[in-house]
Amino acid sequence: MATQTSNDGSFLQNLGKIYGLYTGGFLAFVILLAILEQMGVPNRVLGYLFVFFTIAVYAIIGVLSRTAQVSEYYVAGRKVPAFYNGMATGADWMSAASFVGMAGTLFLLGYDGLAWVLGWTGGYVLVSVLVGPYLRKFGAYTVPDFMSFRFGGNFARFLAVVVLVCCSFTYVTAQIFGTGIIASRFLGMPFELAVFVGLAGILLCSMLGGMRAVTWTQIAQYIVLIVAYLTPIVILSTKKYGIPIPELTYGQAIADITVREQQMLKDGLATAANLKPHIQPWLTYTQLNFFAIILCMMVGTASLPHILMRYFTTPSVREARQSVAWSLFFIFLLYFSAPAYAAFSKLEVYTNIIGRNVSDIRPWMFTWGELGLIQVCGKNAASLDAIVAACKAIAGHAGVVRLQDFSINTDVIVLSTPEIAGLPYVVSGLVAAGGLAAALSTADGLLLAIANALSHDIYYKMIDPNAPTVKRLTVARILLVVVAVAAAATAATRPADILAMVGWAFSLAMAGNFPALVMGIWWKRATTPGAIAGMIGGFGIAILYLVVTRYFPGFGVSYLGMSSLTNPAGAPLVDLAKAMAAPNAMDGWVAASHPLASKVGWFGITNIAVGLIGMPVGFALIYIVSLMTKEPSAEMQAFIDEIRKPRGRTVLQEKD
Amino acid sequence: MSSTTKGTSANDQAHWRKTTNLMWTHLAIWFFFGYVIHFFAPALNKIVILGFPLGFYMAAQGSLIAFVVQLFLFAKQQDKIDREFGVAED
Repeated sequence: MATQTSNDGSFLQNLGKIYGLYTGGFLAFVILLAILEQMGVPNRVLGYLFVFFTIAVYAIIGVLSRTAQVSEYYVAGRKVPAFYNGMATGADWMSAASFVGMAGTLFLLGYDGLAWVLGWTGGYVLVSVLVGPYLRKFGAYTVPDFMSFRFGGNFARFLAVVVLVCCSFTYVTAQIFGTGIIASRFLGMPFELAVFVGLAGILLCSMLGGMRAVTWTQIAQYIVLIVAYLTPIVILSTKKYGIPIPELTYGQAIADITVREQQMLKDGLATAANLKPHIQPWLTYTQLNFFAIILCMMVGTASLPHILMRYFTTPSVREARQSVAWSLFFIFLLYFSAPAYAAFSKLEVYTNIIGRNVSDIRPWMFTWGELGLIQVCGKNAASLDAIVAACKAIAGHAGVVRLQDFSINTDVIVLSTPEIAGLPYVVSGLVAAGGLAAALSTADGLLLAIANALSHDIYYKMIDPNAPTVKRLTVARILLVVVAVAAAATAATRPADILAMVGWAFSLAMAGNFPALVMGIWWKRATTPGAIAGMIGGFGIAILYLVVTRYFPGFGVSYLGMSSLTNPAGAPLVDLAKAMAAPNAMDGWVAASHPLASKVGWFGITNIAVGLIGMPVGFALIYIVSLMTKEPSAEMQAFIDEIRKPRGRTVLQEKD
Repeated sequence: MSSTTKGTSANDQAHWRKTTNLMWTHLAIWFFFGYVIHFFAPALNKIVILGFPLGFYMAAQGSLIAFVVQLFLFAKQQDKIDREFGVAED
């Protein structure tokens, strides 16, 4: 965090000491707040202290890491050790959706939700084996840099920038939306205001120091988010089973859930139609879509520029590989704990809510009921009277909560666990700080990826190659602010498809980037026309499929031969003959509630997994068109040989 | 995915051949833990260890552990190959 390059040496040598002190300081801060809580400081104040202190620390790191050097700004001077880059990548990777949403998805879907756990971890194998270390050796600042060099210049660069902006912008919007949700829930701030407070936090971390600042803040954010995620569940596991390893003890919870499910069916508290046994596969997704989602998330991981560019910052190719392994290790710590959250919460709901008298409902629910996140008998569970009245209004209701009477927003699972476990508010505040760290760190990485592509690839490489350093960095910073404000403004409108968009981002990155990246490294014969055809074809068909199935489904059925997707039992999701006869069948830009929206397609593939259609098209086009065109020059082939060997200077030599 | 090798030294070619073999080995392991084993989830779920049905366990933890171990192993193996052919960084 030193401002002078000459101080970097001592800073890098003392990383362990510095972040050790930081972790100790953070724990001391949490203990201090716990003491304040005992002294009677109100929860609202504790929440604010948590959020503002952590954001202030990130901002201080961001400001201390300011830089006026291009290579520091774009790739942190390529000095980040493997272990720490792994932590930074972990924070970069784990978004608000991972931190807050994943456990909830597992709660609702049971086994089928594990498609996301698998998909969002296994991709790192592809990063390390196929792509990452080679891009590091190449010596790029951005992913489009590689495309441009390997595939004949600025047209390929431009296509890569289009792919990058399309997938990263939707993703960053979801992150800023996530910061707004967390801040508004815990601080009672209006959502729109919370979005812009989050934005300020993001900009303070990234604007002055670029990649260098984002790296050192992401490490700090990782520490906060992992402590916050593991604390409640470790305490809960210790309280319930006497062992502080929730990942081990939740097996018992799963066994109890399975017994309880049978009991609920027998007692008429649930029906075979509305109960999804927790461990049974393929009840929500068809088997095809389950595996398609895993594949698209994995390959998407190895194609998303904000992840790939983290491996440009290591000192060597060897460390890039080690760093991928550390990244997955740090991500694994959170992902293998998420199913424990889901299991403990589900057991609580199934034993202490379902089958209980409505008037016995546990008070922790009312906090979330007030916000409309938990409903009982179709009404917000804001107070006892409200739900008693709501259940009475249902004809023949016996006053006992049945499974179909209860609904919960997926975000509540992680956020409410401290209360379920009967922990003091300080733990809830810690969880909020962790969720915020997860959203901010991912937003930082994505914004930097977009702004760098615009400033380095579009402005410097395509518009003004003679721009002096100062001007380049100024342009980079201005673009960062512009992109951030645009993303925050989009998030503030609360776009309807925000969660699906994250899945789409992976599929689009996969279809647009993966074939060209892999063929560019692993097949010398891949030519410029081949790669360009592959990128346009793969990305084009993915975008087409996505837009048609989501926004113009009637058109897809009438003209593109699309049919209804099926449920896991093989029955169509919609009656096409009936839906197509309806007057709104051929409408365009339809809402998500339209009977055909996202329910039609080819081969039964859901549009989240559209990469499965785009990627093979991309690979096939690169292969065929490359063979039809002249093989790359001997000079280019020699460059590819260089990329494949760790030893030696980077292929691309950027002037600083 | 081998292709024309003109202009590439014999040492580089041998290095790349070994690297490619290692790549396919690790992709096979990845494919097994990412997909193949989960096809058998309903059958594996009949085996229960510490309350965990095995099919569920593999998707929730087992495969993840395999990926992490595999990545550390890959970093080591690839480095060994690079050293063997004298193309590792100092």
